[in-house]
Amino acid sequence: MIRRTFAALAAAGVVATGLVAGGAALAEGVIKLGAIAPKTGPLAGGAVVTQWPNIRLWVEQVNARGGLDVGGDMMTIELIEYDDKTNPGEHIKLAQRLAEQDKVDFVVAPYGTGFNIAAAPIYGRYGYPMIAVSAITDKMEELTERYPNLFFTLGTTTAFVDGVREILVEQREAGTIGNEIAMVNVADAFGIELADRARELFEEEGFELVYDKSYPLGTPDLSPVMKGAKESGAKAFVAWSYPPDSFGLAEQAIIEDLDVTVYYSAVATSFPAFGGAFGNKINNVLGAGGTNVDDPKIAEYRAAHQEVTGETADYWASANTYAALQILEQAIVGAGTLDRDVVTQYIKENSFDTVMGELSFENNFSDKFWSVGQWQEGVFRGVKGSNVDGAADVRLKEGWAE
Amino acid sequence: MLDILVSGLLLSGTYALVAMGLNLQYGVARIMNLANGEILVLGALAAFWLYTTAQLSPLLTVVLVAPISFVGNWLIYRFLLTPLVRRSKSQGALEVDSILATFGMSFVIIGVMVSIEGGFFAYNYLSEPISVLGSTTSLNRLIAFLIALAIGTALYLWLNLSRSGVAVRAVSVSTEASGLVGINVARVSAMAFALGGAITAVGGALISTFITLDASIGVVFTLKALIIIIMGGVGDIRGAIIAAVILGVVETTVASVIDPGLTLAAAYLIFILVLLFRPQGLFGRKPA
Repeated sequence: MIRRTFAALAAAGVVATGLVAGGAALAEGVIKLGAIAPKTGPLAGGAVVTQWPNIRLWVEQVNARGGLDVGGDMMTIELIEYDDKTNPGEHIKLAQRLAEQDKVDFVVAPYGTGFNIAAAPIYGRYGYPMIAVSAITDKMEELTERYPNLFFTLGTTTAFVDGVREILVEQREAGTIGNEIAMVNVADAFGIELADRARELFEEEGFELVYDKSYPLGTPDLSPVMKGAKESGAKAFVAWSYPPDSFGLAEQAIIEDLDVTVYYSAVATSFPAFGGAFGNKINNVLGAGGTNVDDPKIAEYRAAHQEVTGETADYWASANTYAALQILEQAIVGAGTLDRDVVTQYIKENSFDTVMGELSFENNFSDKFWSVGQWQEGVFRGVKGSNVDGAADVRLKEGWAE
Repeated sequence: MLDILVSGLLLSGTYALVAMGLNLQYGVARIMNLANGEILVLGALAAFWLYTTAQLSPLLTVVLVAPISFVGNWLIYRFLLTPLVRRSKSQGALEVDSILATFGMSFVIIGVMVSIEGGFFAYNYLSEPISVLGSTTSLNRLIAFLIALAIGTALYLWLNLSRSGVAVRAVSVSTEASGLVGINVARVSAMAFALGGAITAVGGALISTFITLDASIGVVFTLKALIIIIMGGVGDIRGAIIAAVILGVVETTVASVIDPGLTLAAAYLIFILVLLFRPQGLFGRKPA
């Protein structure tokens, strides 16, 4: 799964064998960018929607512009990509290969919270700035202290739960839901962490979790879960779910005609495939993420994404993934060098003009992201977020008819 | 209570679809096919792809997928696995060889599928609520159950009542003895393998109407299928169906009455109990 031209291969060979005179002229015009993310394995379904198309889009656009101006030299991007098979051990092995054999200048941060945390030490050792996107945790302070090259851009666990909490409190005040909430979560690190946090925050607000269950990843039949949630009589349903089950829960909610005014499921609700599969039945379903499609920059980005990759960008982390690459781009140009320490320092000290708006880092954390979105007439719009503009009003779920 | 029984039985239908094919492949052709799950996902991909690009009903896809998968699997057996069968000195050696070969094959199939569709096979077909004995379920699950039932019954009748079925069962008992009584073992094995592949792919197409799959999820189904056929007894179609029913009903009962988080634990508990007290499986023959 290596994508590189024969010329680049030859150039690398020449440099490696020490014939720098001939090789240097060739290598000068190229910035090597390494990207490792799943193409197979459990996380592949998400990575091929959110991660890979944006990397390709960005590389193609930069090269079409003639490359990046690095201290006066126009340098094009050469992408070296590997499939980590959703296996952290494999990822670390490949990261070493990127650094030692391919000698890439920069890397794209991994896909998935666990992978970013697992790979932070190895990328840190080689001094690569790592602008993580698909990574949500409450341990950012601890992590960025230990790995000063690691940046976070998509928010914290607490921020994610908080968006949902805000909606529930608002709806209770409006009288559309009562005190009762039905909550389920997928029994893996991600779902458990979010559900634990949600339990604390919801109970602080005086909510009562009348149904609170977990289910194993990849459960083939979620009907007992949905029947249980329905029997609880709660008017609010919250699921800290992952891709296959976010789809499965929605389908069961439709079958059972789950009578709620607030329905939330976490990851993959923002995928175009989710809207594609269920059409208008999932109108007013809430989910993790969101975007503001009316923002001209976002609209332009989404159009380019569609044109170059042939796929619709997802309504959440796609824009953030692209923005992270724009940050890297502007930092390289701004620093005017491929020196990784200088570029890392530049990222810490400057602000960047991206599709997500003006982004800057405080303690390696960018506090501008969407946390909750909602399907409204075929578009998944952001309704809650941190420092973002253009949030839509939350609507009530009214039945599951087409 | 009735809810649990209906949901449980419908889930059993899914499990039976997953396991019947591998049961033929492992029980008769003696190929421990680790790419079984990938064949299933391939069937699902066909259904998804034809539905989203050509609006073709997955039920029609089933009709298309069955013969294509039959031929495809026959070719796999004939050209990829027959050399392994010929050179193996014992059944143990064949199992090890076939595990390695089909494990490699699974990666090839995954690669092909990723190049067609790397994301989720997300679509919706017949997810209409329907009431069965007063319990709400979905039409697509009901249809999959009925087809599983039909396939299971047809297989059982064919294996027990027809001349060719008896030959298949004979090969499943002993390849040497069947050869001695004039059964063309190579042909029967190839046919059992191909038929198993066809059933698995049909199962995948049906399952994709209510479970969202992706190219990499095959291994999950291979594991489930293994548990079911080992529980039921290798090579016995009744065993596979009854094991599927036990697993489906127990998982649903545990999910509804105790906690959905314990379904996997319950499934493996039953598996361990069967292995402890009836290592040859519910309907398996004791080794001579």
